[in-house]
Amino acid sequence: MNAVAAPLRMDASRDHTHLHVALVGNPNCGKTALFNLLTGTRQKVANYAGVTIERKEGHYTAPSGRSVRVLDLPGAYSLAATSPDEAITRDVVTGQHAQEAAPDLIVCVADATNLRLHLRFVLEIARLGRPMLLALNMMDAARRRGIRIDTAALAQKLGMPVVETIAVKHGGANALIAQIDDAPPTHPYPQPATPSADLHAEVRSILAATVSVPRRTAAIDDAIDRVVLHPVLGLAILAIVMFLIFQAVFSWATPLHDGIDEGMQAAGAWIGNALPDGALRSLLTDGVFAGLGTVLAFLPQILILFLFILCLEESGYLPRAAFLLDRMMLSAGLTGRSFIPLLSSFACAIPGIMATRSIPDPRDRLTTILIAPLMTCSARLPVYALLIAAFIPQRTVLGVFNLQGIVLFTLYIGGIVSALLVAWVIKRLRRDKSEHALMMELPSYRMPHPRDIAIGLYERGMIFVKRVGGIILALTVLLWFLSSFPAPPAGASEPAIHYSLAGMIGRGLHTVFAPLGFNWQICIALVPGLAAREVAVSSLATVYALAGNEDGLQAVVAAQWSLATALSLLAWYVFAPMCISTLATVKRETGSMRNVLVLAGYLFGLAYLASLATYQIAKALGA
Amino acid sequence: MLLSELAMGASATVIEVKDSVTDDRIAQRLRDLGFVAGEPVRLVARGPLGADPLLVQIGYTRFALRRAEAARVTITTEAAP
Ligand SMILES: Nc1nc2c(ncn2[C@@H]2O[C@H](COP(=O)(O)OP(=O)(O)OP(=O)(O)O)[C@@H](O)[C@H]2O)c(=O)[nH]1
Ligand SMILES: [Mg+2]
Repeated sequence: MNAVAAPLRMDASRDHTHLHVALVGNPNCGKTALFNLLTGTRQKVANYAGVTIERKEGHYTAPSGRSVRVLDLPGAYSLAATSPDEAITRDVVTGQHAQEAAPDLIVCVADATNLRLHLRFVLEIARLGRPMLLALNMMDAARRRGIRIDTAALAQKLGMPVVETIAVKHGGANALIAQIDDAPPTHPYPQPATPSADLHAEVRSILAATVSVPRRTAAIDDAIDRVVLHPVLGLAILAIVMFLIFQAVFSWATPLHDGIDEGMQAAGAWIGNALPDGALRSLLTDGVFAGLGTVLAFLPQILILFLFILCLEESGYLPRAAFLLDRMMLSAGLTGRSFIPLLSSFACAIPGIMATRSIPDPRDRLTTILIAPLMTCSARLPVYALLIAAFIPQRTVLGVFNLQGIVLFTLYIGGIVSALLVAWVIKRLRRDKSEHALMMELPSYRMPHPRDIAIGLYERGMIFVKRVGGIILALTVLLWFLSSFPAPPAGASEPAIHYSLAGMIGRGLHTVFAPLGFNWQICIALVPGLAAREVAVSSLATVYALAGNEDGLQAVVAAQWSLATALSLLAWYVFAPMCISTLATVKRETGSMRNVLVLAGYLFGLAYLASLATYQIAKALGA
Repeated sequence: MLLSELAMGASATVIEVKDSVTDDRIAQRLRDLGFVAGEPVRLVARGPLGADPLLVQIGYTRFALRRAEAARVTITTEAAP
C-alpha cells in the first residue's frame, strides 16, 4: 500500500511536471473507490456516509509522463462544516489547511444517481474560483436506472469539464485520467458565497435542462426498505442478522480451528523431537509453537466475523440499522450515528474510535469514544473462544442453535448492555443538555462484490497474521525469557517457572487478583495482554507448556481450572481495560489525558467488580 | 404544518426551514441538504420506538431526521405552486 497520511507540506512548490489533484465531493459518492482505481491503492471503501475520515495521498503517472499526486478527502455536504472530517475537506479546498497547500486542480466527484443533492456542493465549490472539473461517478448505476445525462450541456452550464466514471470497473476512470492530463486548468472567477436556496434553484434549473430521471429512487431500494425498516419486522431482522453472525463464528469455524491447532501442535512436536534438549528447543516448542499456534488457530473465527462485517458495510444495511436503533441509543445518551463506529469496534476499537470523527456533536462523539472499548473486539475472540470451547459443551439447543454460539452471543450482549449503561451514566453527569442532531443519509443498496470482499478478507487475515508474527511473537518470546530465567535453585521442588521472574510477578499480582479466582498463571498472562489482548492466550499456552503440560492449552484449562475461574476471566475480558494502543488512540483523538485516565479507570473498576461478583456468585453456587 | 406532522407515506412541499435558535446550525444544514422552498418531500418510514426518527425522501435522497429536526421544516400538502 503506498497511500499514507499526507506528510508535512508547507510550501506550495509547483512545477509543470507535477500536478496536485484533490478528490472532493459529497459523502459516499465514490471518491475513495476512484482514488484506489487511479493510484492502485486499497483504501477503505464502504457503502455509508463518512468512511474516509482523514486525507490520504497517492500517486500515479499520467499517460503524458507527468506525475500526479492525488489527495482523497473525507466527504462533505457543505463547506459550512459540522464535523471534524468535514472541516479537513473545507480547509484543504479553501487552501487554509495547515499542512496542505491548495490543490492545483479540484476533481469534484458526484454520484450520477444523486445529482439533486451533489450538484449543490459542486456549485458551492465552483464559487471558490479554483481550477476544477466534475467526475460523474456511478454511471453504471445511473444507466441501470434509466437516468440520462447530457454531459456536454452540463459541462457548458457549469463552465467546467465533465467526465463520466465508473469507479468500481477496471478502466472506469480512463476518461478522468485523460481529462486531468490534458485539461489546462480553467480559472473561473471567484464569486461570493451564495445562500443555499439560490444554489438549489440553480441546481434545479441545470437539472431540468440536462438530466432526465424516470424515477426519483431505485424501486428495489423502496421495496427492501419497506421490509427492513418496518417497525416490527425490521427489528426482528436486525436481531436475526446479529445472532447469525455469532452462530456462524462458532459453528463454521470450529473444524478449521481444530485443524490449524492440531497442525501447529504436530509441527511443534516434530521440531521438538528434531532438536536436542535445551533452551532453544524450549523456546521453539513452548514459546513459539505453543504460544503462537494457539493464537493463529483463531484465524478462521476472525475471518468469518469480518466476512459478515464487510458484506454488511458494502450492502448499505448499516445506516438502516442505525436508523432502527437511533431512538434506543438516544435514550442511552448516544446517537444512531454511534452505531457504525461501535460496530467497527467489534473488529478493533482503534478504527472504531477513529470513525467517530464523522459524528458532528462533540458530546456524542466523546461518549462513543469512551464506550467503544466495551464492544468486544476481535482480539478478545481467542480468549472467549478458548474458554467457551473448554467449558461449554458442544450441544444443540432447540434444534438449531449451537450452545457455544449462544454463550458467545451473550458475552457480546454483555459488552453492549454495559456500554449502554455507561453511556447513560455519562449522559446523567453531563450538564450541557442542548439538542443533538441526527440528519443521516441512507444510501442505495448495493450487492457486495465477491472480489472486493475476498480482497478485504485477505487484508484482514494478513493484518492478523502479521500481528501474530510481529508483536505477539515478540511478546511471547519475551514472556518465555521471563518465565525461564532465572533458573530454579538446585533441588527445587516446584516446576522451573515458579522460580522465574514471571513466576514472581505472577505471584505478586496474585494477591490482588485472588479474590477474582485468577491463579498465578492467569496473572502472568494479563501483563503482556496489555499490549495485545490475544497475547493472553499465547501467554497462557507458554506458561503452561513451560510448567510441563504437554497437552494443548484447551485441555489443560478444562482440566485444571474451576468453572468459576473461567467465568470470572470471561467477565474480566468483557471489560478488559488493558489495551495500550486503544488508550493511545483515545489520547490522540480527544487530545486529553483526562479522558484516557477516565477510560482506563472506569474499565478497570468495572472489570474488577464484574469478575469479583461472577467468581464469588459462581463459587457460592458450587461451580 | 410541520414536516414532523406529516402522515406516513404522504407527500408535501417545503415552505421553509425555521431557525429554532439564533444562528441555528442544524437548520442551516437542513437547507444545505435541500430543504428549501418548493422542494417536494415524502415521509418514507418511521423508527420503531416513538415513531422516531423519520425517514424523509427529498430530491433523490433519503435522510433520517429526528422529530426535533423535522419540526424546523414547515410544509404544505397542497399541490406545489
Ligand atoms: N455501482 C457503483 N458503485 C460505486 C461506484 N463508485 C463507488 N461505488 C460504491 O459506492 C460506495 C461508496 O464508495 P466510497 O469510495 O467509499 O465513497 P466515498 O466518496 O469515498 O465515501 P466517504 O469516504 O464516506 O465520503 C461503495 O459501496 C462503493 O462500492 C461506481 O462507479 N459504481
Ligand atoms: Mg472515502
